[in-house]
Amino acid sequence: MPPLNDINSETLGTVEALTQSGYKYGFTTDIEMDLAPLGLNEDIVRLISARKNEPQWMLDWRLKAFALWQTMTEPNWAQIGYPPIDYQGIHYYAAPVKKAGPKSLDEVDPELLRTYEKLGIPLRERAILAGVEGADQPSQIAVDAVFDSVSVATTFRETLSKSGVIFCPISEAVRDHPDLVKQYLGSVVPQGDNYFAALNCAVFTDGSFVYIPKGVRCPMELSTYFRINARNTGQFERTLIIAEAGAYVSYLEGCTAPQRDENQLHAAVVELVVMDDAQIKYSTVQNWYPGDADGKGGIYNFVTKRGACRGARSKISWTQVETGSAITWKYPSCVLEGDDSVGEFYSVAVTNNRQQADTGTKMIHVGRNTKSTIVSKGISAGYSNNTYRGLVRITQRAKGARNHTQCDSLLIGEHCGAHTVPYIESRNPTAKVEHEATTSKIAEDQLFYCRQRGLSQEDAVGLIVNGFCKDVLKELPMEFAVEAQKLLAVSLEGSVG
Amino acid sequence: MSVLTYSGIEGFFARFAALRPHLPGDVAARDRAAAILRVQGLPSIRDEAWKYTNLRPVAQASFQSAATADPSALLARLPQLNAPRLVMVDGHYLATLSTLPPQVKCLPFAAAPKFGTLANPACEPMVALNTMLAEDGFSLTIPANIDAGLIVIAHLTTAARSTHPRHAITLEEGARASLLEIYLGEGAYLHNPVTEIHIGEGANLTHARLQDEAEEGFHLGTIYARIAAHSIYDSFSLNIGARLSRTELHASLAGAHATAHLNAAQILTGVQHADFTTIVSHDAPHGASRQTVKNALAGRSRGVFQGKIHVARGAQKTDGYQMNQALLLSPDAEIDSKPQLEIYADDVKCSHGATIGELDADQLFYLRSRGVPESQARGMLVRAFLSDAIDMVANGASRAVLETAVELWWQRHPA
Repeated sequence: MPPLNDINSETLGTVEALTQSGYKYGFTTDIEMDLAPLGLNEDIVRLISARKNEPQWMLDWRLKAFALWQTMTEPNWAQIGYPPIDYQGIHYYAAPVKKAGPKSLDEVDPELLRTYEKLGIPLRERAILAGVEGADQPSQIAVDAVFDSVSVATTFRETLSKSGVIFCPISEAVRDHPDLVKQYLGSVVPQGDNYFAALNCAVFTDGSFVYIPKGVRCPMELSTYFRINARNTGQFERTLIIAEAGAYVSYLEGCTAPQRDENQLHAAVVELVVMDDAQIKYSTVQNWYPGDADGKGGIYNFVTKRGACRGARSKISWTQVETGSAITWKYPSCVLEGDDSVGEFYSVAVTNNRQQADTGTKMIHVGRNTKSTIVSKGISAGYSNNTYRGLVRITQRAKGARNHTQCDSLLIGEHCGAHTVPYIESRNPTAKVEHEATTSKIAEDQLFYCRQRGLSQEDAVGLIVNGFCKDVLKELPMEFAVEAQKLLAVSLEGSVG
Repeated sequence: MSVLTYSGIEGFFARFAALRPHLPGDVAARDRAAAILRVQGLPSIRDEAWKYTNLRPVAQASFQSAATADPSALLARLPQLNAPRLVMVDGHYLATLSTLPPQVKCLPFAAAPKFGTLANPACEPMVALNTMLAEDGFSLTIPANIDAGLIVIAHLTTAARSTHPRHAITLEEGARASLLEIYLGEGAYLHNPVTEIHIGEGANLTHARLQDEAEEGFHLGTIYARIAAHSIYDSFSLNIGARLSRTELHASLAGAHATAHLNAAQILTGVQHADFTTIVSHDAPHGASRQTVKNALAGRSRGVFQGKIHVARGAQKTDGYQMNQALLLSPDAEIDSKPQLEIYADDVKCSHGATIGELDADQLFYLRSRGVPESQARGMLVRAFLSDAIDMVANGASRAVLETAVELWWQRHPA
């Protein structure tokens, strides 16, 4: 066993080696693209709407958002720094050229199918079904694959529609289910909510739409896989999930991008609506390209995610594992309107090299006896900065509301930063709010204990970091938990502070 | 001297224009502060640091300039302690009313104007306002290895003033002192003091503050403390007065093995608003900071706590802890709490905790069932809640003054 003071440099070296070669999704796909001209103006918004064959109301909605966006300024309160974003230097629409819309998966460009295979995302239903009969049973997951600005394939749609579940690209929902979209789009995150949300409302190109009817438990996990591929593009996807009374759905989101020297902008909006006794479980493994060891390149990830617990006893559970992106600006939130509704937020955020993350949640308690739980684990290494920023607001009506927050940060190496910024506002005396936060490094006695029992340095750290994140990882669906653990290993294996 | 009435930020600038030729000290520093204030204006709730405290009532109030009023009524309200005291009336040091322990030096700002090295007008608009308008203040020095014992500092403010005194407290190496600052006033006024505290190596300052400004008064105080190696700054603030107050405390643990305690309690009722904001900077290794902050809020009052612990790169082995607890005693009270950790060193132990709730129904029931009337029972529980923080005041005489103030508050406003 090396003496403890040597571990630091040795393991930091390991981290470096891993993170420089660790991003295995950095390839690009060579495919013919249909690109909108660079820049953003009303014509571009019209062009996007036209490409999507959208009805007039949708275009009007976008134009209103665009007008709002032009009056807004970029927020600067987050603990992140980046050169100004050139909003005129981005293609706001990028789609693989396709011939008259593929009717089945067989007509999808084989180059695209190969891309998703390489990413480990199965788009062929048969392949998965065959797997079900095998000994090593993967469970069924329906996938919506979004490639740059458009959805290229959605699997298991027929199986799902048998139980009444709608799972389709949002652009299709605008055409096929306009009443639902009109009713709910922007009802949780309105057009003028914030700078990046307004931008998204104006130029969003695709994303997933999920509707679970009354009393239906979605028969399989749903997932969307986002891939940025084209150069100088931004991805602006929009997800809308509605769970009617008594419904349940578990939804997974994954994302990757090629390794490039320039930064790319990703500004998504996710809206969840949950009625009486319904539940949405939303899990994310965010693995956008984080940039290289010197902070060159990487995705700027400015995301607005919010769910409204509209019904009594409804529940929203956000689980996120954030390992990618050069900048993460993301606060999945719950507006607990229904009495006895429940909001949960479980987060692991890992930053390394020059990554910056400012992430957390907002729990707005409106209804009576609403409950929320926040568990956040931040791990910073290298020269990165990792901030938890979270709001718990108890409004005057929220009698008997309850919140518990636990934020822990782990620092690995002496050049990184770990920050905690909770905002706690209470206007009801019967509410109980508790917040705890700690910051530390991996305890030397824990490491010593593991090493003394014969674990290698790598395994010991892996064990301790996994233990540190356990409360969050156990909330992830099986398939994702495995991927998340692997990701943690890639980012931090062998790190000791 | 004729009486002039002025209001709003333009009023402050007009006041500055009128006073400028007569103000003591470096006029260039004042002009710079004025320029900063011109650009930034008074802080608004859009500024992250002022998110929870709206200064509109201050901006809308009007103030008067007039000759120093008779402080005898306020003097009579001071607790009778057998200790030396400094008396400030409307921001002016009154040597005739003050007594000093032997070897301790005190110079009025008007005679030896120094703006100090810690205050930062560029970042704090209220400090810029103070820098622009400071006319007087005290500068207290405890020489090396002297134990000055207890010194009472009374700040008395009379109606309609806006005073911006500039104070300095210096403890040389190995010095010790226990300060009890008491803020009293009458009528509506603005008290905007800035205090710089330098604690030399191995020195020990206990600093108790009783902010009991008049019901209509505004108190916006900023304190900067620099704590050298192996020295201790032990401070406690009890905020019970003023319609709107903010105590902003910046403590820098500048030398290794420095210790800072920034404890506070706020008891508010009616439409009172009190903001306790701390910024603890661990700038050297082996520092320890401790904070216990309690809010007991009745009526339509609003309590604010913002506490930031900043650990600089290299400040290894830092041990930072912060606890803030709030009791909401009425359905219309509000607490806003923003504890914050900003950490750039890995070998540290930092944590904070926050709890918000109402009085424990079981505890109330226990007391009621033993025949204690409800309002008394509530009083007992609230005082027990506050005593966690007040018990930490090391100086017995200071602690007794604070306890009495809480007691009197409870008699006046049973909540």
